[in-house]
Amino acid sequence: MAAIKKMMYINRTAPHGTVYALEGLEVVLIGAAFEQDVSMAFMDDGVFQLLKGQDAGDTGIKNFAPTYRALGDYDVQKLYVDKVSLQERGLVLEDLQHLTYEDEDEDYAEKPSIRLVSRQELSVLMDQQDVLFNF
Amino acid sequence: MKFSIMVNEAPYSHQAADTAYHFAKAVLAQGHELFRVFFYHDGVNNGTRLATPPQDDRNVVARWSALAQESDVDLVVCVAAAQRRGIADVDEARRNSKDADNLAPGFRISGLGQLIEAAIEADRLVEFGD
Repeated sequence: MAAIKKMMYINRTAPHGTVYALEGLEVVLIGAAFEQDVSMAFMDDGVFQLLKGQDAGDTGIKNFAPTYRALGDYDVQKLYVDKVSLQERGLVLEDLQHLTYEDEDEDYAEKPSIRLVSRQELSVLMDQQDVLFNF
Repeated sequence: MKFSIMVNEAPYSHQAADTAYHFAKAVLAQGHELFRVFFYHDGVNNGTRLATPPQDDRNVVARWSALAQESDVDLVVCVAAAQRRGIADVDEARRNSKDADNLAPGFRISGLGQLIEAAIEADRLVEFGD
């Protein structure tokens, strides 16, 4: 197996309406087993994926929002959220689920996974990646 | 250079499958290596041998099959995405008690791990979708 690669999963679509968010999340969970340097980015309507209190009941479509809470256990610890995309949709950090991971290097202290970033920061992060997955 | 390709959209509905095919041909024509083509989301529909496009149009599925045969390209259809959309090989059909299978020659069905491996092994993963 080659050296560890930096992989970013970019999420641009709302959780429902199309299947990209759900099937994108499935790739992230399977990919976790490969122990790469993984991060996720949420931009455009993709920020809706992380909303608190989602209820898909009336649509008859599975609500997979709780699955994002498992990401920390899969060592997916870096969730970059585009600040401007949030603002454009009238959202703030507190509207999103409180997602955490346990930091091995600091006695498993619980830390927030979501980091708000500017578009400039996101662009730098993307540039650092070996692989970009777009969903 | 070693390439992997990911195809995310169904044939005919989206041009992505056509562009991916032309890109694959170009990769090989330029003497590069094509590690794998992975079909995900509606892209799994590229792998049904039951597709019967009009005779005056291109046959997207048959074109992939021919590429696999001529150039020994690894065409992998995601099993989870395929199950949702009714794409099955003989084994999958049997395992899920279906009365038919429809996977086209040259394709194989496997898991998402094959996509991650394709990304790790290749110098470039090129994604075709919307």
